[in-house]
Amino acid sequence: MTTHERLTPQPPSWKDFPPFPQAVKTELNKAEQRKNLRHATGTIREKRITRAQEVPNWEELRTAAAQIKDRVGRHLGDYLVQAEKAMTDAGITVHWASTAAEANKIVADIAKAKGVNEVVKIKSMVTQEIDLNEALEAEGIAAWETDLAELIVQLGHDLPSHILVPAIHRNRSEVREIFTTEMGTYGAPAPADVSDNPAELTAAARNHLREKFLRSKMAVSGGNFIVAETGTLVIVESEGNGRMCLTLPETLVSVVGIEKLVPTIEDLEVFLKLLPRSSTAERMNPYTSLWTGVTPGDGPQDLHVVLLDNGRTNVLSDPEGRAALRCIRCSACLNVCPVYERVGGHAYGSMYPGPIGAILGPQLRGLENANDRALPYASTLCGACNEVCPVRIPFTDILVHMRHKVAEYKTSKHPTIEQGLMKGAAWVMSDGSHLATVQVASRAAGGIFKNKWIGPMPLPLVDRWVQARDVEAPPTQTFRQWWKNEHEEGKQ
Amino acid sequence: MSAREEILQRIRTATADVAEKDPILDVPVEWTYGQALQTPDVLADFVEKVEDYKARVVRVAEGDIGSAIVEALAGLQAGSAVLPGGLPEAWVQAVTDAGVEVFRDDPELSHGELNLISAVVTTAAVGMADSGTIALDHGPGQGRRALSLLPDCHVCVVRADQVVSDVPEGIARLAPALRARRPVTWLSGGSATSDIELSRVEGVHGPRHLWVILVD
Repeated sequence: MTTHERLTPQPPSWKDFPPFPQAVKTELNKAEQRKNLRHATGTIREKRITRAQEVPNWEELRTAAAQIKDRVGRHLGDYLVQAEKAMTDAGITVHWASTAAEANKIVADIAKAKGVNEVVKIKSMVTQEIDLNEALEAEGIAAWETDLAELIVQLGHDLPSHILVPAIHRNRSEVREIFTTEMGTYGAPAPADVSDNPAELTAAARNHLREKFLRSKMAVSGGNFIVAETGTLVIVESEGNGRMCLTLPETLVSVVGIEKLVPTIEDLEVFLKLLPRSSTAERMNPYTSLWTGVTPGDGPQDLHVVLLDNGRTNVLSDPEGRAALRCIRCSACLNVCPVYERVGGHAYGSMYPGPIGAILGPQLRGLENANDRALPYASTLCGACNEVCPVRIPFTDILVHMRHKVAEYKTSKHPTIEQGLMKGAAWVMSDGSHLATVQVASRAAGGIFKNKWIGPMPLPLVDRWVQARDVEAPPTQTFRQWWKNEHEEGKQ
Repeated sequence: MSAREEILQRIRTATADVAEKDPILDVPVEWTYGQALQTPDVLADFVEKVEDYKARVVRVAEGDIGSAIVEALAGLQAGSAVLPGGLPEAWVQAVTDAGVEVFRDDPELSHGELNLISAVVTTAAVGMADSGTIALDHGPGQGRRALSLLPDCHVCVVRADQVVSDVPEGIARLAPALRARRPVTWLSGGSATSDIELSRVEGVHGPRHLWVILVD
């Protein structure tokens, strides 16, 4: 029920989710969601294996993809400047945005300049990341999701739980319920007698969205790749909603993360073989659109690209963590993850769930937030994600590295006793003379206790150990003294 | 400082550890581009893979294209068709003679008009057998992008010499068009979705029916 003057269905906020360890307690109790996820991820895992095995040089492709992406990341400035020039030469207006707020403002300003009060959207992770829809809503501009799963999420007042199939947590009867109750409020209603057959539900979505495609003057997309050499944008999709948005409106704004570049047209052959087989487990996704600037008489005549940082340079600055920027958002790591399969996407408290979310989110956003400090631990380190990743991201290495950073972050804020002890131990062990000094004390203690066992005693810290364990008294002679007596003086 | 300068500055700081300034020397890519697959029968592979997407494929001789198009439109129960500029006159004549209502996009049809036309007939630029993919570069005979998008049925004529074994060869053939800034669209079957329970449903927003005429 809408009691306010919103244009689009109100979603919940990620900010309302508690950190992962608390969130999983709620999510694990959703029996229906666990069943839906087990079914869906199980199906896609089997198919992915079949499709990967069909390719004789699959492992070589993965290596090449990792190398191409590393080449881009390590020389990102050069490739960005090259891409900017190529796109500008082809008639695209290029914008740069450091933060989500800057990107949202750029998109809203273009919409206002065009005088539009609605945009159609292609499914895009980056616009989820910057929460573009809500930013546009606040400006009085309705953003309509046109991907089927995103439509289910939007109409369901819900949040995405998977990178590729955002409504993976919903089954067909839940989708039917959402369509029959919500579609009519925002456009063409679903037929009253629509069943829960996916084909019928899909037809209802086609009908609901067609009028929006035909009347919209502006579309917003993400982008799978930008070819730096030519300024070509690439969007990979299944349903044709992407082609509708890329072809019919007069204005198209593509918000693209700065890491999405590939150097040359030829590099696309590697990614267009890897991506569909890794994501939907198809030999090729139904539609791939490539466009290089404005084509007179064909498609949008006003093209914009927003190059977004929003934390990507943070990721790049860590040589051990930057491999996360290779990610092409295929979601194979989610589908194979035993943790994701059980807890679902919402538990991660972010639009990037699963293994990629656990390594990318905390690097993009920093560790100030409790959930971002919890995410590197949202893994069993089983390493299945390492094996399926088409760009060979070393997930478990980065997870361990991030755990180290979380530990460092915590101790920098609150020094612990353990830390003090370790620091003391480091001083003692660093030099023989330091050790000898400390051993004066331990020999003295040995002299006091003689050969008696040390039992419970009310000393801070020590009491925690000795309350359950008896400890032998320290020796009155150290090994070093014994050695000296035996080998250097007595026996020579 | 502009966002552009700020981002580029942050990148310079973030990659300060990169000593080699030449990207190609810094990260060699161990890959041979443009490799063909050793497929024994490329055309048979193409047919098999396209059919796997539940698209219809027929193989005809050069002289029978016109009648194959007419049969396709009849099979798809398409009463009207848009025929882009650049299609051979004989094909247009065959379709017209069959009593199908023909539109030519000259003057340009509106999106609303295109939405009411049943079918589109196009040629293609490249076929990629291994993935069952057809690429359009929207040159003569293929029309602007909206033409092969809004009508619900797409009849696509692919010549045998346009079919290559795999994606890398396909990219190599398409590279000149891309470098000339032509838009390129890849089709692998009709539109589809797996968004409800990951079960594949053919036919969403793009043409729901793809009918391929492969000319031997």
